[in-house]
Amino acid sequence: MPRPLAAFAVLAVLAASVAWAAGASRVAKPVVAVERPGSCVEATDVMRRDHMRFLTHQRDRTVHEGIRTKRHSLAGCVECHAAAKTGSVLGPEGFCQSCHAYAGVRLDCFECHAARPGGASAGSAR
Amino acid sequence: MSDPGRRAFLGTAAAALAGAAIAPGIRLVELAAARSPEEAASAKVRWGLLVDANRCASGCTACVTACRTENGLADTGRPRTDAQWIRIVDLRDPRTGREARAPVMCQHCAHPPCVDVCPTGASFKRADGIVLVDRHTCIGCRYCMMACPYKARSFVHENLADQKPDVPRGKGCVESCTLCVHRVDRGGTPACVEACAAAGHGAMLFGDLNDPESAIAKRLRELPARALRADLALDPGVRYAGV
Amino acid sequence: MATVVHRELSAAAWRFYGPLAVLAAFVAAGFAAFLYMETNGHVVTGMDNQIVWGTPHVFAVFLIVAASGALNVASVASVFGRTAYKPLARFSALLALALLAGGLAILVADLGRPERLVVAMTHFNFKSIFALNIFLYNGFFLIVGVYLWFMMERRMNRYGDRAGLAAFLWRLVLTTGTGSIFGFLVAREAFDSALLGPAFVVYSLAYGTAVFLIAAALVLRWDAQALDAETTVRLGRLLAIFVALSLYVTAVFHLTKLYMTRYHGVEAFLLVDGGVYPLLFWFGQVLVGGVAPLVLIYSPRTGKTRAGVLAAAVLVVAGGLAQMYVTIIGAQAWPLAIFPGWQESSSFFDGEIHRYAPSVPEVVLGVGGVALAAALVAVGLKALRLIPDPCTASSSPPPTSPPARQR
Ligand code: SF4
Ligand code: SF4
Repeated sequence: MPRPLAAFAVLAVLAASVAWAAGASRVAKPVVAVERPGSCVEATDVMRRDHMRFLTHQRDRTVHEGIRTKRHSLAGCVECHAAAKTGSVLGPEGFCQSCHAYAGVRLDCFECHAARPGGASAGSAR
Repeated sequence: MSDPGRRAFLGTAAAALAGAAIAPGIRLVELAAARSPEEAASAKVRWGLLVDANRCASGCTACVTACRTENGLADTGRPRTDAQWIRIVDLRDPRTGREARAPVMCQHCAHPPCVDVCPTGASFKRADGIVLVDRHTCIGCRYCMMACPYKARSFVHENLADQKPDVPRGKGCVESCTLCVHRVDRGGTPACVEACAAAGHGAMLFGDLNDPESAIAKRLRELPARALRADLALDPGVRYAGV
Repeated sequence: MATVVHRELSAAAWRFYGPLAVLAAFVAAGFAAFLYMETNGHVVTGMDNQIVWGTPHVFAVFLIVAASGALNVASVASVFGRTAYKPLARFSALLALALLAGGLAILVADLGRPERLVVAMTHFNFKSIFALNIFLYNGFFLIVGVYLWFMMERRMNRYGDRAGLAAFLWRLVLTTGTGSIFGFLVAREAFDSALLGPAFVVYSLAYGTAVFLIAAALVLRWDAQALDAETTVRLGRLLAIFVALSLYVTAVFHLTKLYMTRYHGVEAFLLVDGGVYPLLFWFGQVLVGGVAPLVLIYSPRTGKTRAGVLAAAVLVVAGGLAQMYVTIIGAQAWPLAIFPGWQESSSFFDGEIHRYAPSVPEVVLGVGGVALAAALVAVGLKALRLIPDPCTASSSPPPTSPPARQR
């Protein structure tokens, strides 16, 4: 078999096996259960693609400038998306964790941030 | 302010209103300055604290407890590595035997050495003078802890759980008193100040040092107060009277 | 000089891979210590909120300081025209690179968030001495790397001296920067001195030369040669000068501190009643690392022998580690005076001497860094032509009169 042909054959086999592996994947499909009614702060496809960008942007504005709008805040995500059963966005069926596990993307926000809603602290007016 | 009836009244009022006001007029002025959530912290404001050691009551730890609760600082039973954002320092004058005590926390220096030395810029000073650590860029080198003259900073030595939603914190980063920035941003006062007032001592006053009409600015005009380690000329936002 | 031929390390396979495996085991242990510290947090170390820099920093700073000093031999050859040392210049450069890599590896492994090294490389606070040092370290790798290349590549040989000069100047700045990491900490009474920068430069000359002597002797034995007596003795003389200078700056440093009354407390702590710190200072830094090597090198019986000089070098290294321990940890053990004039006490250990004991993972991490440096040297020697053959500096013209540099 001439070389380019051989390479092509190898590629084809590889592609086929990848397709097969994806079909018969043992990775559980993510659980995207939205329990709270109403709509998200952005369209679903936008959130799916860009939520991390919103979060990073908001993060820098909050930490450095003290801007505490709710819309793109991580605490806001947690408030809506924590599961009723566990009270958290983590856990195998948690909104954040299950999807991140499926996508194979490390989720380290919650090493420091609360994964369950807690409400703003009192902080009465001056 | 010094007559006991008024102080008692203030104490109850503070407890009832959760640390509301020093005097009605002043409160109005400062409420007017409170920001909306989308407004950035402004350099027109310089937040500060006035600690009156004469009022810091022996045996009281209300501020420390309030800080731990507010910021979710757990007691692991390992005091050498546990974070302490505020502590009571007991003082004794070796010559006269006079004793005093005062809470010490991050002094929110105008020229903070921690910010100067931080290699990544994670330590920074907000426009309104509050010194913070951006824990997304802190690499945990602890150079800021070496540089801080007040030993105000703690390193998170172990894994944490159950953090407060308003106070994210985690292993491997350095942290210190944030002046309860999450409360201040919503127009509140730091938890320690509130607790001290609620306990009826009123040894801490929080406010805008830049506003001549603020309670803290007025008090600073009356009371001889000083910066700790004034020789270092860091212009801290926390001032002390009575020590 | 063109007559000196360099070649790769020629030890038999088992004599190469055996020691390398031992080094690799130490590196692996260091890596395990690193993982252990990172998973559990620094709570498993002896460090705490009072002593924030511990044993890893002692090893790391020693290696970094020794790195720039290890370049001495190359500098002496190309900057000061001592052609006698030229055959060993390549090895000197490799050693410098390896020591710096080992030291930095320890520093990074000790970070609270080592996975954010990228952040440290992309976010710079230009006011920070630390950030400046990151530049200096990267620059050192680059410049010494180029220098090494110029020495090895015949067509580039003629630029070698210039690269050597650049490397020499760079490392002066680098060590000053390393010392200044401490010198700028005005709040810490034991630091707060502009002298720390220059002091570190002087220390680096001594430590680097000592490490070079030991490393060269080991490597050449490995190669079934010997570091010839003449070079050893000559380097020993050089070492003695650096050691004497180190003693001198140490004395000046403490005398200037003692001149200021407000530092009497901390000086008494470090020099008299601070327990392990005065012991390490007087016995370790001064006696073992200073006086004893001088006696060994200047005494007519031992000073002319390889064994005498090498023993002196080992003592200098030991004294250097003691010095780092006192400088870094002793300084933190002394409490900050937040309310000068008052006696302080608190739940945060204000006003008391902070205690510290090195923990196993810290020591293993530090030793791992040393092993990493050694392993890098070994691999570098095997891969590149760095060892002079025959290894005799004496084959070159006598160095008595520093020859005017050609060109
Ligand atoms: S008190 Fe310490 S941590 Fe706070 S701003 Fe000043 S130097 Fe920084
Ligand atoms: S520990 Fe974090 S905040 Fe402190 S100097 Fe290092 S990077 Fe900056």
